[in-house]
Amino acid sequence: MKKLKYALFTGCTAKQSTPEQYMSTFAVAEKLGIELIELVEASCCGASHLQDYDDFLSLVLNARNIAYAEKHGLTMVTICNTCQLNTAMTKHRLDNEHGLKEKVNAKLKEIGLEYKGTSNIIHFLYAIIDDIGLDKIKEMVVTPLSQFNIAPFYGCHNIRPSELQNESHKKAENPYNPTSLDDLIKACGGVSVDYKEKNKCCGFHVELQAPRTASILTGNAIAGAMDGNADWMVTPCPLCHLKLDTQTHHASVAIGREVKLPVLHMQQMLGLALGCSHEQLGLKHHLTKVDFI
Amino acid sequence: MSTHKITTQKVNFKVFRFNASEDYLPYYEDYNMDVTSEEVVLDVLNRIKWDHDGSFSYRRSCRHGICGACAIKVNGRSTLACKERMNDMIELFGNELTLEPLSIKRAVKDLIIDKGDFWEKHDAIHPYLISDVDEHPEHEHLVTPEEAERLLEADLCIQCGACHYACPVVEINEDFFGPAAFAKAYRFEADIRDDALDKRLLHLHEEKQGLWDCVKCFECAEVCPKDVNPIDKITKLHQMLFKEGIATSNVATRHAVGFKHSIARNGILDEGGLVLYSEGLGIVKHVPVALKMFVKGKIVPPWALTKSKNLDEIKKLVKSSSTAKF
Repeated sequence: MKKLKYALFTGCTAKQSTPEQYMSTFAVAEKLGIELIELVEASCCGASHLQDYDDFLSLVLNARNIAYAEKHGLTMVTICNTCQLNTAMTKHRLDNEHGLKEKVNAKLKEIGLEYKGTSNIIHFLYAIIDDIGLDKIKEMVVTPLSQFNIAPFYGCHNIRPSELQNESHKKAENPYNPTSLDDLIKACGGVSVDYKEKNKCCGFHVELQAPRTASILTGNAIAGAMDGNADWMVTPCPLCHLKLDTQTHHASVAIGREVKLPVLHMQQMLGLALGCSHEQLGLKHHLTKVDFI
Repeated sequence: MSTHKITTQKVNFKVFRFNASEDYLPYYEDYNMDVTSEEVVLDVLNRIKWDHDGSFSYRRSCRHGICGACAIKVNGRSTLACKERMNDMIELFGNELTLEPLSIKRAVKDLIIDKGDFWEKHDAIHPYLISDVDEHPEHEHLVTPEEAERLLEADLCIQCGACHYACPVVEINEDFFGPAAFAKAYRFEADIRDDALDKRLLHLHEEKQGLWDCVKCFECAEVCPKDVNPIDKITKLHQMLFKEGIATSNVATRHAVGFKHSIARNGILDEGGLVLYSEGLGIVKHVPVALKMFVKGKIVPPWALTKSKNLDEIKKLVKSSSTAKF
């Protein structure tokens, strides 16, 4: 089989507040035989906030990021749900809105780049499932996570809006009944926990302007996982991870109940099952101690 | 003659039952039914009432996706009963389906809710054209097709409430206007005949729990039976605030603008710098968590920040492609 190769858009969080996600992405890629070319030229995707201020600028910046992936002739892989949303949304609009591509390319021309629309944009979770397959992953597991009840937390921007899902990967996820992360948990040998909040919002995007709303959503998510007898949670989104891992105090106060569970990035869970070392997976960088191993 | 074959499936419906004037608590009643591939959800509601229990209550009227009366929740998903095909629901959720009102806490009788909060929010955004009309006009006020397109189909909203009761912020914060009201506000803001521009926007902006509290979860876009895409309209209203010079400095507006400054400086974000820019002195409340994060190696000090490669390109684009001012 030809070696898989992707252009990696790390986003900002993996470079700063979730270093463990950056490390574990490369550790897991190595185990899976995936080559990742990091797009070191890429800028922030705007995180849906720049989009509230200057729509055109955010399109141009995201088109520039995609143009670098196209230059490599590779599929762009994201490791943050919000990066996925904003990059895939940019592609969707440039490919469909009349005249927009030309306007954006006029700007990119100033720096010698062009958006062509040749690279697919896909989150790492779906890239693994599509291109390697769950059966193959199952075969590669050396340390099955069979003693754990694991609560999947999908994160909004990977599953909604579903029209972007349809464009980026083979078997589009149903946002009301998502299965990819559950399937990955099972492939790693774990037991996936079903709970109502697994496809709900963590509140990250209003943490500064509406802290109470944000904290209640975070609290509800962790509480739902705890009530489902989860030993820990897993998420493909570093922004959800930040909320669930670092904001447990505010979340507990907001919902009037002590909530706390270790939360792993999807790469860390996979890494544990594939036999990566704890150092490689950066497990010491969590605020809520990863105490189950 | 059509050769389309009608198929039948067995479905177990768990149906929410409650009579606010008699029952202390709601309960669920089971109905096992054969459902044909021709039916929509409303057909099932009708059959429950006509064949099983005449007291079963729900709202219905046009059965053509126009009146917006029959929105309910199927397995937690807001849906317009007269438009949603049963086959699609079975494909989505399987053969065990739970039928509930849009909001359980607002249930009055079975699937009927008190939609008062929805209409209050709707009223609050002045959902009508505000215009100084000449009492003796000499010609019609014509709207070109291009100008009509600016509404982005926000005028298709049928006020069914599917998005309002799917919104997690509405659930938590009863002051939040909600996606339907905001989409309606956009519908009039984008209308060239409307003169209220500043007034309506100012009102939305000033409401403490208003426009900037959207969590960007896309639940509203996903459930809308008319593809109004309310979150897109909320984003457009945010952009209008800046464009019309109405946006004032607060945590949310500084946060949006802060991304541009951070990108212009580093390419990728300076997360700490962004929070400082957004919060100002309010950053003090983040210090306890920030300290813990620093100890765990989750905060990169300003002097050690990575910058994007070819930063000069990003700086150039920020200069040449910026379209908004603050």
